[in-house]
Amino acid sequence: MSSQLKKFFTSLELDTRMLGMIGALIVLWLSFNFVTDGRFLTPRNLFNLSVQTASVAVMATGMVFVIVTRHIDLSVGSLLGLLGMLMGTLQVHILPQYLGFEHPLIWIITIAVGIAAGAIIGAMQGWVIGYLAVPAFIVTLGGFLVYRGAAWWVTTGQTVAPLDATYRLLGGGAEGTLGANLSWGLGLVASVAAVLLMIKSRQQKKAHGFNLKPVWAEYTLGGIAIALILGFVATMNSYPLSKGAVKRIFEGRGQEIPDYAVMHGVAIPVLIVLIVAIVMTVIAMRTKFGRYVFATGGNPEAAELSGINTKMLTVKVFSLMGVLTAIAAVIASARLGSVGNDLGTLDELRVIAAAVIGGTALAGGFGTIYGALLGALIMQSLQSGMAMVGVDAPLQSIVVGFVLVIAVYLDIAYRRRTGQ
Amino acid sequence: MENTTQPLVEMKDIQVSFGGIKAVDHVSIDVKPGEVVGLLGHNGAGKSTLIKVLSGAYKKDGGEIYINGEKVNIQNPRDARAHNIETIYQTLALADNLDAASNLFLGRELTSRTGFVDDDAMEAETRKIMGTLNPNFEKFSAPVSALSGGQRQSVAIARAVYFDAKVLIMDEPTAALGPHETQMVSDLIKELKKKGLGIFLISHDIHDVMELCDRATVMKNGKLVGTVDVADVTDDDLLGMIILGKHPHENNN
Repeated sequence: MSSQLKKFFTSLELDTRMLGMIGALIVLWLSFNFVTDGRFLTPRNLFNLSVQTASVAVMATGMVFVIVTRHIDLSVGSLLGLLGMLMGTLQVHILPQYLGFEHPLIWIITIAVGIAAGAIIGAMQGWVIGYLAVPAFIVTLGGFLVYRGAAWWVTTGQTVAPLDATYRLLGGGAEGTLGANLSWGLGLVASVAAVLLMIKSRQQKKAHGFNLKPVWAEYTLGGIAIALILGFVATMNSYPLSKGAVKRIFEGRGQEIPDYAVMHGVAIPVLIVLIVAIVMTVIAMRTKFGRYVFATGGNPEAAELSGINTKMLTVKVFSLMGVLTAIAAVIASARLGSVGNDLGTLDELRVIAAAVIGGTALAGGFGTIYGALLGALIMQSLQSGMAMVGVDAPLQSIVVGFVLVIAVYLDIAYRRRTGQ
Repeated sequence: MENTTQPLVEMKDIQVSFGGIKAVDHVSIDVKPGEVVGLLGHNGAGKSTLIKVLSGAYKKDGGEIYINGEKVNIQNPRDARAHNIETIYQTLALADNLDAASNLFLGRELTSRTGFVDDDAMEAETRKIMGTLNPNFEKFSAPVSALSGGQRQSVAIARAVYFDAKVLIMDEPTAALGPHETQMVSDLIKELKKKGLGIFLISHDIHDVMELCDRATVMKNGKLVGTVDVADVTDDDLLGMIILGKHPHENNN
């Protein structure tokens, strides 16, 4: 029986590490669901989980590149705080003076400025690391202190609120979702895209004369992918908006208040994560830049001797990290509706943990974007679940700490066995 | 030595120091088209350092490099590659986590019309060149860390000869190889020589040098001992140059 099961999984040709992570996630979810008498696996909680994971997940995709090139970025949490504070001040105190409150350009200008600032600050860190050869650990530890302090100076510690209404949609509150119909549309597009990708991959393998999976395995995988996508949409579409929110939204639009239940649908931050994940995966697998990131991580000297400008590459990697931190800052601040001085505190550790749990090797050279996303989801599930069960905050930290170390040990043991 | 052909590469009066230690001390060396020049010396004699100046890995502190008689400025490996100087490093310089095709094209990826890297095309080209260099090579999708020493060496060699090299630098190309693979490398060197490439061969093995090289340059403690025509010297002469730093034709007792 077990050999048959093994054969089944071998035919599917799935990454065993990914299977392990998915297995861990399922066990985690079922355990929490059991302990909370079914409150964990509800549409409401899963919706919240998806929104809470988004900010860390966006940054974790960038941290994969940073760690793959054998660096580390300890500054992302503080940088998120600074960028959030800059964007908050810009949209609350500065832009309304020229454009008026709730002007439709405010959110766009704010985000553009935030992303540019993130890119520049990240590039500066990368320049010190790449060209001045100061270790990334030190440079970003310095950044960790500098940005948190700088964030305080922007408003001398005052919380900035209320944020622009359109901007707040990006944080995924009651209004910040796609709604039921658009969510189904997204699910269908994603399903078709997944199937097309599988067909294309099979055709390419065929053209090269590689071994093909059995057809039933392709159907099984396609079926699982579609079930996951549509199952996720269905879950998000069965979490109703509160009566107050429905009233507020429909009155705001000047429409009649419906007498049926209005559903949330997929949250906008989740859509952002999806787009970021696709873009980052394409960068990692299909661009020269991505190839150089992995080559440099595998053997920096060889990369240099192959004519790759590894110093400039470091600047680009950290600049990209800065851009993603800005996007994460938008999600995090929009979700709260205000920017306080502690925004993003300890996020650097969550982000690093997500990337590392997701199979990114600190020795460099290995890491995947989907792994980092799964890692972020596992971390957030663990925290939300423990909070729901009523575990004290100090004990939560202890558990998360142990899980991190054990996860990395398992990863090392796995690599040793598979000889990677 | 009335060979009047212009040297393909001429390194004149090269100096490199590392923190006060003169790793290469006023050394000159050259290679002509279709010639193999052996570079000999103990560990630490400065052979690899000298040659890394030519491949762009190290910067020289003094001296000049001429290619086809024209002075050139080689600042980094990209400059060297632009002058069709290819290097097979002793360490092989492979990214262990990438497959053979990614390593072969590292820094010079083939891209499709959309600007994305074209892995299919690169693998097809890799299969072509490996078919002539090492027909037994099969692991095209595995990371090169999973390959044997000989297979890794053939990836490094393929990378150097694929891109239309005019000057080839080989740093201990057979150090990690068995007798059969060593023979393959010897045959390859002879073939490339026929095609008119200039080859610098760094080696510990006197027999390799005697068999393959036209001239041999010997270094000791960063200094040039001398350059001799291999046909004019014996194994012992070369050994004397390496060990004692003694030029055979200058002073026989």
